[in-house]
Amino acid sequence: MTPAATLLRDMVLARAGAERDWVSDRIDALRRGAPERDLHIFLGLAPRRLGKSDLAPTDDERRAAEAARPGWSLEGWSIDGAARVLALLVHAAQRPFADRFKDLRRTADAAELIALYRGLPLYPAPDSLHFEAGEGLRSNLRPVFEAIAHRNPFPRDHFDDHRWNHMILKALFVGSALHPILGLDERANPELARILREYAHERWAAGRPVSPELWRCVGPFASDDAALADLERALSAGGAAARGAALALWAAPVPAARGLLEGRPEAEDIANGRLSWSRIAQEAA
Amino acid sequence: MFIDPHAHMISRTTDDYEAMAEAGIVALIEPAFWTGQPRTFVGTYVDYLSSIVGWERFRAGQFGIRHYCTVGLNSKEANNEELAEGVMDWLPRFALKEGVVAIGEIGYDEQTELEDRYFRAQLDLARELGLPVMVHTPHRDKKRGTSRSMDVIEEHGLDPSMVVIDHNNEETVAETLQRGYWAGFSIYPSTKMGNRRMVELLRQYGGERIIVDSACDWGISDALGVPKTARLALESGIPEETVRAVCYGNALAAYGQSGQMREDDWLNPAPVDQRTLFEGNSVLRGGRDPVVGATVRARRDGLIIE
Repeated sequence: MTPAATLLRDMVLARAGAERDWVSDRIDALRRGAPERDLHIFLGLAPRRLGKSDLAPTDDERRAAEAARPGWSLEGWSIDGAARVLALLVHAAQRPFADRFKDLRRTADAAELIALYRGLPLYPAPDSLHFEAGEGLRSNLRPVFEAIAHRNPFPRDHFDDHRWNHMILKALFVGSALHPILGLDERANPELARILREYAHERWAAGRPVSPELWRCVGPFASDDAALADLERALSAGGAAARGAALALWAAPVPAARGLLEGRPEAEDIANGRLSWSRIAQEAA
Repeated sequence: MFIDPHAHMISRTTDDYEAMAEAGIVALIEPAFWTGQPRTFVGTYVDYLSSIVGWERFRAGQFGIRHYCTVGLNSKEANNEELAEGVMDWLPRFALKEGVVAIGEIGYDEQTELEDRYFRAQLDLARELGLPVMVHTPHRDKKRGTSRSMDVIEEHGLDPSMVVIDHNNEETVAETLQRGYWAGFSIYPSTKMGNRRMVELLRQYGGERIIVDSACDWGISDALGVPKTARLALESGIPEETVRAVCYGNALAAYGQSGQMREDDWLNPAPVDQRTLFEGNSVLRGGRDPVVGATVRARRDGLIIE
């Protein structure tokens, strides 16, 4: 078993109570190559027998997860979801993993979809899962989208710029927070900055608010007059939008950006560490 | 609080969800059914089942209504043998999904040989999995079709207490209750049950093992069939205890036998569900006046769309 599977098994068994032997037996059978029907039944029975309570990892377990797969977060995992991912990871089957994943995804209920996609960073042959990740991002179920986008290192590590950019844009479009997305700063790119600025213009034209987080992916590429003008406009709106714009201007690569911040209270807050992207996230929560 | 244990929400709009939540519906059951036009590929049927276990459940949750479903091959489409065989291969995969409370709606339409074959096969599946069954009784030759359904159910060794015989009327109810089944009534204008007739039946039979539903779907039907019937019954002097049983408690008792439907699901949902799949019901939150359709009316009469 991979270190991730071993950790999941230990965590599930420690929380399985009277179902400990059942989990242990079924997982062993799947490791020995039980038929796919057994996997389907285990996936169906997992919430029935184990319940759906939060996994609530200990500090040691969090550290072990980070060691097993850098960026892997157990935040938001439930015990049945962990058992489902474990079953998938250990099942010794004949067909390629992506084929089996597709089969499960096509017939999954909402909680199963969330579990399947939370497990993305742990599966073998990640490059065979691009289509499946795309299907999940296109889902109309926001929690399924967030199972991929939030606290999941798979997009950062495996998405190309096009898919990455559209994930960020969809997150804003459906009102999903950006700060839980791993790699938000390191994967920022000029094309994304352009798309987001145009999106901000659409929102302004419609009289709808613009998320302050949008400017986080714009700042590092705000080097021309048009981009700076957009940030100035956001700055003049005041409130959270202005705080986001100020942080973006602070990160912009041209001196003119700092000029726009002169005399603004936000600039002082940034310099003093009182204003940061994580502060904005906390305010929104 | 009401439960509508037969509502085809895939055919309904968000206005209906809002009105249902405002009228006090906290949970509903969406039986797999004939969507108004036959499916001609197994894949479209499979995707339909995926929709009712996934997307529709999520959609309902956004309005604070707990969504459950039943899965099955309906009697009309059982007459397409190629489709039926394919669907039967996939059904076991769906029967253990979260929120699946029964095999259904299954039974007879024209009482053909193929309908009979797949009705029996699905009764066996329900017995194997320990799931309740929701039986659709035919519109035509109804009385005989209803009796025959119960004969076949007993022949296959199912306990009547695990079976809801739905779409009853004055002609079928006595036998359904006498044989020990749950008796469903669909408050559906023109073709099934009217709620004034329903109130008379409650006066005659009381509330034991009687279940009221709307069967609302793509036809002219009323998503508020259950709360409207409850109100009419109370105004007509039917005891509150009886109304609560037929518009809430009995459906919970019958379909709760699946282990997939508990009062806690809406009164005290799991943290993971509150984070992801269930917004909480406005009636339970006490946030808004439970005025039937107020939001919907406001939208219909208001000119501004933002």
